[in-house]
Amino acid sequence: MRAPDHPVMTKGDVLLAVENVSLGFGGVKALTDVSFDIRKSEIRAIIGPNGAGKTSMLNCINGFYYPTDGRITFKGVRRPKMRPYEAARGGIARTFQNVALFKSMSTLDNIMAGRSIKMRSNFFWQLFRHGPAIKEEIEHRRFVEEIIDFLEIQHIRKTPVGRLPYGLQKRVELGRALAMEPELLLLDEPMAGMNLEEKEDMSRFIIEVNQQYGTTIALIEHDMGVVMDLSDRVVVLEYGRKIADGTPDEVKRDQRVIDAYLGVAH
Amino acid sequence: MLYREAGQFKTNYVADSAIFPLREDRIGIGLIILAAYALAFLGNSFLLQAVMIPFLVFSLASIGLNILTGYTGLLSLGTGAFMGVGAYACYKLMTAFPGVNVIVWIFVSGFFSAGIGALFGLPSLRIKGFYLAVATLAAQFFLQWCFIRIPWLVNYNVSGALDAPLRTLFGVPIMGPNATPQVRYLVVLTIVILLTWLASNLVHGRIGRMWIAIRDMDLAAELMGIRPLQTKLLAFAVSSYYCGVAGALLVFLWYGGAEYDVFNINQSFFILFMVIIGGLGSLIGSFFGAALIFILPIVLGIVLPAVMSPFGITVGSDVIEHLRFMIVGALIIFFLIVEPHGLARLWQIGKQKLLAWPFPY
Ligand SMILES: Nc1ncnc2c1ncn2[C@@H]1O[C@H](COP(=O)(O)OP(=O)(O)OP(=O)(O)O)[C@@H](O)[C@H]1O
Ligand SMILES: [Mg+2]
Repeated sequence: MRAPDHPVMTKGDVLLAVENVSLGFGGVKALTDVSFDIRKSEIRAIIGPNGAGKTSMLNCINGFYYPTDGRITFKGVRRPKMRPYEAARGGIARTFQNVALFKSMSTLDNIMAGRSIKMRSNFFWQLFRHGPAIKEEIEHRRFVEEIIDFLEIQHIRKTPVGRLPYGLQKRVELGRALAMEPELLLLDEPMAGMNLEEKEDMSRFIIEVNQQYGTTIALIEHDMGVVMDLSDRVVVLEYGRKIADGTPDEVKRDQRVIDAYLGVAH
Repeated sequence: MLYREAGQFKTNYVADSAIFPLREDRIGIGLIILAAYALAFLGNSFLLQAVMIPFLVFSLASIGLNILTGYTGLLSLGTGAFMGVGAYACYKLMTAFPGVNVIVWIFVSGFFSAGIGALFGLPSLRIKGFYLAVATLAAQFFLQWCFIRIPWLVNYNVSGALDAPLRTLFGVPIMGPNATPQVRYLVVLTIVILLTWLASNLVHGRIGRMWIAIRDMDLAAELMGIRPLQTKLLAFAVSSYYCGVAGALLVFLWYGGAEYDVFNINQSFFILFMVIIGGLGSLIGSFFGAALIFILPIVLGIVLPAVMSPFGITVGSDVIEHLRFMIVGALIIFFLIVEPHGLARLWQIGKQKLLAWPFPY
């Protein structure tokens, strides 16, 4: 299935490298000279106070923004300027800080929409809903049902997602991203606004995705407990600059990180 | 126990993914189609010619616009012109190649409007909403100008109008002055049923999901790997195809001939109102909208004078016309504010209530 022009990656190889990336909006500098890497099959957290540039970083990685400076290398290939759909086809999926589901569609259809790029039957077959079109529809439906079972959302399968509570919407959004079978999954605050129980569920899903499928995950999260539990390595941003990078324990003891967080806390 | 979900368990995804999973719905659709065909033999010429044929033609055009505006969320004011492209293309084709059956040309003419529609859809990558509507308005005026200024389109007819030549199917006249309303109705009905079925297949599959994804949240759609331009252009093309075929049917199987001004901006708005009142993003809503907007004034025209005459009040056709505009205007405001999903949503609610009946939910 995978494009043959990319080398096969094994656990621990650098999957994505961000080198000296800067991003400016007119006068505002959202990112300044940021470098870090994400290794195959790890959970990499990106943390930092509000407005630190975390979301902007993800936007650069999946092609929403193009860095004003610096390079991004994915699977060993330097990325040209690309559109988000190209990044998606290259294996990068994403959830949003503010849920961005297809509101009028059911849970099932939202996740099925995540399979769009995997579906190949042509317009003609689609027109008649016959042959390859229906066969493919059923095949992908089966795959989507596995995701639905995995995320324990069977009961809301046919509910329009606009009517779901926030916590479930976040879960459906994760399902939609998983449906793309991504190599790199970007999660922007997947637990924001959730209660403890919901956070525990979500943490469990993230760990299972990472362990069962070996999916590499970049995670933005404000809850430090969650970050420390889930992540293999953490990169810390402040005012668009990287101030620390390392294992959760290293980062936790870093004086600049402590200052940055205390600075916001009071 | 007429309309129930109970007992109809779906044991496989084929059955569960069916467009009409409920047996009652399938039977209902079958009965409606049967009744529609029976009407050809039971209804009188007035009913077929003045009510049913135009109703079907407008339903088809509404389905076309609904694909673009309802499903994909791209507002268009060029519907009238895209219908016109279909009609003029059909005219050129059937007069240039009279040997080929006209039914073939009706279907082929849609491809011309599909191409033109996709061309005028190109700006949709960059602009949306109001600005896109203005761009399609430009298409409306430009194409209308072509219809007037290029006499080649009407084979240098001195009148400048399109006329329906005599055409037959299996020896029976289906177009032209000798074609009976009954035969024309049967042809239009069959084409509309076929195209509705195809549209329903499209919107319920991968392509429909891609359209709705673009409408609901275009950024997230792009992130799923959905190419925005291709998806939008496909919507423009398919939408215009339907409008084009509807335009050809309108001129040659309903009017029997027409001038360029049936494809003016009013026609575009007329179809847009049908889509809004019927329900954005609903095929069945397209039929409801066409029925309400087209049939309502006819019913008013018959009922109102009859009701008022005992009181000594005569209701002229101008009053009916004014009333029609007022009622349609009020309905549009009502639906935009109270029920943006139109009559189709009310229908859905009604069905859900019926499923649960006699319990409130
Ligand atoms: N499209 C944009 N145009 C202008 N400025 C922007 C844009 N996107 C982000 N910024 C600015 O870039 C900076 C970083 O924003 P970003 O959303 O990346 O922060 P964040 O770390 O995700 O914050 P939060 O924790 O609040 O989500 C902010 O100052 C923000 O105002
Ligand atoms: Mg953010």
